[in-house]
Amino acid sequence: MRIVVLVKAVPIVGNERLGDGFRVDRGSGLEPNGNDEYVLEAALKLTEAHGGEVTLLTMGPAAAADALRKGLAMGATRAVHVSDEALAGSCARATAEVLAAALRRLEYDLAFAGADTSDGQGGIVAAAIAARLGLPYLSYAAHIEPGADGATVRVHRLSPAGYDVLEAPMPALVMGTQVLGEPRYPSLRGIMQARGKETLTWSLADLGIDPARVGAAAATTRVLTAAPPPPRAGATIIRDAPDVAVERIVDFLAARSLV
Amino acid sequence: MTVAPGEPGALTPEESLLRDMARDFAERELAPGAAERDEAERFDRALFDRMGELGFTAAPFPESIGGAGFSYRAWTLAMEEVARADMAMAIALSVHVLSQYPVHTWGSDEQRARWLPAMLAGEALGAFALTEPHAGSDAAAIRTRATRVGPAAAPDGYRLDGTKSWISNAPEADRYLVFATLDPGLGRDGITAFLVEKGMPGFRPGRHERKMGIRACPASELIFEGCEVAVANRLGGEGEGYRIALSALGEGRISIAAACTGLAQAALEVGARYLTERVAFGVPLAEQQGLRFVLAEMAQQVAAARALTRAAAAAKDRGEPIAEASSLAKWTASDAAMRVTTDAVQLLGAAGYSRENPVERYMRDAKGAQIYEGTNQIHRLIVAEHVLARVSGS
Ligand SMILES: Cc1cc2nc3c(=O)[nH]c(=O)nc-3n(C[C@H](O)[C@H](O)[C@H](O)COP(=O)(O)OP(=O)(O)OC[C@H]3O[C@@H](n4cnc5c(N)ncnc54)[C@H](O)[C@@H]3O)c2cc1C
Repeated sequence: MRIVVLVKAVPIVGNERLGDGFRVDRGSGLEPNGNDEYVLEAALKLTEAHGGEVTLLTMGPAAAADALRKGLAMGATRAVHVSDEALAGSCARATAEVLAAALRRLEYDLAFAGADTSDGQGGIVAAAIAARLGLPYLSYAAHIEPGADGATVRVHRLSPAGYDVLEAPMPALVMGTQVLGEPRYPSLRGIMQARGKETLTWSLADLGIDPARVGAAAATTRVLTAAPPPPRAGATIIRDAPDVAVERIVDFLAARSLV
Repeated sequence: MTVAPGEPGALTPEESLLRDMARDFAERELAPGAAERDEAERFDRALFDRMGELGFTAAPFPESIGGAGFSYRAWTLAMEEVARADMAMAIALSVHVLSQYPVHTWGSDEQRARWLPAMLAGEALGAFALTEPHAGSDAAAIRTRATRVGPAAAPDGYRLDGTKSWISNAPEADRYLVFATLDPGLGRDGITAFLVEKGMPGFRPGRHERKMGIRACPASELIFEGCEVAVANRLGGEGEGYRIALSALGEGRISIAAACTGLAQAALEVGARYLTERVAFGVPLAEQQGLRFVLAEMAQQVAAARALTRAAAAAKDRGEPIAEASSLAKWTASDAAMRVTTDAVQLLGAAGYSRENPVERYMRDAKGAQIYEGTNQIHRLIVAEHVLARVSGS
């Protein structure tokens, strides 16, 4: 089973800063998007159980290599890094176009994406890629397994009532949730082995994409404004013994009609 | 993440991944139960096993022998993160590595192949047995006796008799590096190192040490009563044990220094947070310049400890002699940990003195590090010896 996992390199959670033009500043360290680590974990488990390999695919600045390195250390086989100056400021549409073009150049049975990203939080890129490539799109996966015939994939999709069981022919694109299970820590040996793994760097020219179609100038959406959240109001910290503490918390919530 | 104060330079990508992973693991897996394990004096073998699976136990060993292939400098980054969450586990891990490093350095190919894989994997826990009830700093005065079995010129083995005390990990360990003397009259020249395995007849852990700190790192006596050890389990030659012990401790002290840096870092963070949260006389404590000075001095201590630790580790990685550098690092870092944890208790007032908060544990955990792997008095002697040697050499 060949799985491509889409990984976005996001600013380190807790360190996010707004840069010019309301854009997220990517200059002070990047890490793999948290949700993407969950689907990477699912991909690693599937290939460990059924054979195959995992390819990481990212579009991002040079520093995205750090995020890819962690994915390789966790056990991915190789990484593909789409990087081009012209990509800065790309909207979701352009991102989907670029990643779809990269996927066309890869051989795979499944492509995985996380539910959304901690910086953009759009949650639409994966669906847009599936639409462009004409792939079945199985979203909100809580469990992923190969179908009985080896040519299909079966997914439990979270629903308000529990889950739906979806099956689709491969290749398919699966968008996963954190219910898939905690990502592993990269092992120390994994970290060292990642040094020897292949990372392909592709430019827009490699993908045959006209730079005029991507980047800030070609964006089909515009951020009108953005601001850091207001500082948190003074928290009430309750340090009493559990019985007293529970009572005080319930009173606090009851006073605001929250329980 | 930015480079911590005292860090001598940028980390390699692998070092940064290691540091981040160790921090993540320590915060999520080690920190939550650390207070409970301290209270119960409980070593959690399952947690240690988990660290083995992730490769912590193989970190500073070359890939050629099944290690993870990190430098000693990288190892100090990992130790620092482990200790920042759980000093007792850091010391258990440090002693585990201390007990196998000499086998890597001094062992025959056969001994390495037999002894190391299970230890590198963390499946077999190691202990280092030098100290005896009457011989600590004066390690050459140990009395545990190794009596040759068979012809003196070509013995078949040795019989060990005697008692070791204060042996970290001993009650739970599977593999022991034991130092004994062929003849107490020979002083350091009689000391010989042996590899002893759990289950060999004639030895057992004795009384548990009832400790002030690092209570989740078990320590006990080890009692040898006619324990027969094959020649194949002698590490190095007869009389080479003292040299082996010193070289192991040189490495071990760097790792202890790293743990102390992490412990001090933890206390610094708790202290700083408290100063911003606690209000007295109508303003946060952080507004008091007198307390800011305390905090700044705590940060200074941590940075100095880190800098000397990394310098000693880098010297080891370059293959230079490390006796002086490792003494400077261990002495400075353990004093820093003691001072910074004590200051943290003071900054928190009664909250710091309470077992509801971690800093009283940090303070208890720090004290031992001024004593084990060479007391800080002994480190002064080692440093002075090097200084004098340079003067008389020039
Ligand atoms: C928590 C803990 C864990 C330990 N783990 C291990 C272990 O795993 N393996 C092991 O072998 N040992 C272990 N030890 C033992 C430790 O190495 C010894 O305690 C240490 O070497 C000091 O020896 P001592 O306690 O006999 O003190 P002593 O040597 O009796 O010293 C008493 C005091 O006199 C000072 N002193 C001694 N000689 C001199 C001198 N020449 N000049 C100036 N001052 C001097 C010392 O600094 C100390 O303050 C551990 C100890 C502790 C506390």
